[in-house]
Amino acid sequence: MMAEEKPLGRPLGRSMGEQAAAPIWMVLLSFAALLVAWQLGATLWPTRSFPPPLLVWQTFLGEMASGDLPYHLAITLWRVAASFLLAMIIGAAIGIFLGMHRRADQFFNPWLILFLNIPALVIIVLAYIWFGLNEAAAIGAVALNKIPNVAVTMREGARALDPRYAEMASVYRFGGFDRFRHILMPQLQPYIAAASRSGISLIWKIVLVVELMGRSNGVGFQINLFFQLFDVAAILAYTLAFVAVMLSIELMVVQPLERTSTRWRRRAA
Amino acid sequence: MNAHQHAGAAARLEVHVEQKSFSSATGERIDVLRDLHFDVPENRFACIFGPSGCGKTTILRILMGLDGDYGGSVRLPNWPDPRVGAVFQEPTLLPWRSVEQNIRLALPGHRKDANLDLLLEILGLDHLRSFYPGELSLGLARRVAIARALAIEPDVLLLDEPFVSLDQALAQQLRNLLLSVWSERPTTALMVTHDLDEAIMLSDRIIVLSPRPAKVVGVFDITVPRRERDEKARDDLRRSFRKQFLAPEPGS
Repeated sequence: MMAEEKPLGRPLGRSMGEQAAAPIWMVLLSFAALLVAWQLGATLWPTRSFPPPLLVWQTFLGEMASGDLPYHLAITLWRVAASFLLAMIIGAAIGIFLGMHRRADQFFNPWLILFLNIPALVIIVLAYIWFGLNEAAAIGAVALNKIPNVAVTMREGARALDPRYAEMASVYRFGGFDRFRHILMPQLQPYIAAASRSGISLIWKIVLVVELMGRSNGVGFQINLFFQLFDVAAILAYTLAFVAVMLSIELMVVQPLERTSTRWRRRAA
Repeated sequence: MNAHQHAGAAARLEVHVEQKSFSSATGERIDVLRDLHFDVPENRFACIFGPSGCGKTTILRILMGLDGDYGGSVRLPNWPDPRVGAVFQEPTLLPWRSVEQNIRLALPGHRKDANLDLLLEILGLDHLRSFYPGELSLGLARRVAIARALAIEPDVLLLDEPFVSLDQALAQQLRNLLLSVWSERPTTALMVTHDLDEAIMLSDRIIVLSPRPAKVVGVFDITVPRRERDEKARDDLRRSFRKQFLAPEPGS
C-alpha cells in the first residue's frame, strides 16, 4: 500500500446526540450528591409532603412485597412498549413515504404541523370519548401523540438517503430484503435511534396521563390514588421505580444495540 | 458458462442512442447525446474517450439501466438478462458492511458462497476482508469496487473513470491490476475515460466522442497485443491517434 493514499471521508455524519459518555463513577457520584441534597432538604424542612429518601425506600420495599408495584409497573411497561412500537412503525412508514414523495409531502405537511401541535391531553380526551374507556383507545391515543414526531424525524432520514447506494443495489440486482436490510436500514439507523430516544421518554410520560384519566391500573392510576391520599412517599417510590426501569432499558438494550449497529464508523481521530 | 457459449452477436455490446436530453430546472432542454452508435465486440475492452462533460457518464448510466429516458436502443451481452459488473466513479461501497460483505452482497444467489480467495489475492485485498470501507484509502476502496464488479462474473463490465483522482503511480498500479484480473476471465468491457494514455494502455478499441451533444467522431482499433505495448508502441499509437482525431501533440 502506498503511504500517500488518503483516507476516505466518513460517508455519513455521526449519529445524532452521540457524545463521549461520562465515566461511571461520575454518574454514581452525581446521584449520590442528589441523594444527600434530598436528605438534607428533608431534614431541614420536615413535613409529610416531602419525605426523606429512607422513607421512600421503605415504601418501595413494602409495595414490592405486596406485589402492587410490580403489577402496575408491568402494566404500564406493556402500554409503553405497545404504543412505542405502534408509533415507530406507523410514524416511520409515514415519514419515509413523505421523504420520498415531494408532492405528497407538500400536501400533507400542514396536517403534520396540525397534529404536532394538538396537545396530548386533547387527543387522550377525544380518544376516550370516541372509542370508550378501553385499552385500545389508551394505547392508540399515546401512539397518536408520538406519530407526528417520528414521522418528522424519519422524513429527514428519507430525504438524506444517498441515491448512489440505491443505484448500486439496482445494478447489482439486490433483492428486496437485501435492499431493506443493507441499504435502507443502515442509512436510516441514526434517525431511528433519535426517534426512539425522544420517543420512549415522551411516551412513558403520556402513558401515565392516559392511565390517570381512564384506566384502573398502571403507575399513572396508582399515582392518582396516592395523590388523593396525599402519600408523597408512595408517589416518589413508584416514579423512581419506573425511571429506574426505563434507565436500565436504555443502558442494557438501547445503547448496546446502537453500539453494534454503528461499529463500522471510524473511531474518532 | 455464460457469455462464452453465445455466438459473437449475442455477446457484443451495441449502443444506438438517437437522442438523449436533460431538462434544466428552468425548463430548458439540453441535448446530451445525439445519433450515437457504436459497438464493442465480444470479450473486447473498449474505452469511450471524449472531452469532459460530453455525456460519457450518461451513456454508462443508460447501459446500467439507471436512466431509461432516451430515444433509441441498447443491447448488452447476454440480452435480455445481462449481468452487469459496474465500477462507479466513486467506489460506492456500503460503509456499514465489511470489504468481504460488500463483495458477497453483490454476488448472484447461486454464487453467494463463491470462493473469492484468488480474486482478493490478485487485487491485494485478502488481508483486508474484515475491514470497513471507512478504514480504507481511496485506492484500496477502488480496488474493492473492482473486485466486486469482477466477482459476479459479469457478462459485461462497465467502468466510469475508475482511476480518476488517484496519483499517477497508484492509478497505473490499479490499471495493471485491472488488466491482470480481467485477462483471467475476459468479458466485454466498456470504460469511460478522458485520459488518452489510459485508453491506449487498456483498450482494444477507443470510441472517440465529440463535445456535447455527443456523437461518435470515430473508432480507433488497436491490434497490437497488450503485452507488446511498450513505451515505443504506445508512443506510436498516441501519434497515429492524434493524427486521426486531434491536433498534433505540442512540440512534435
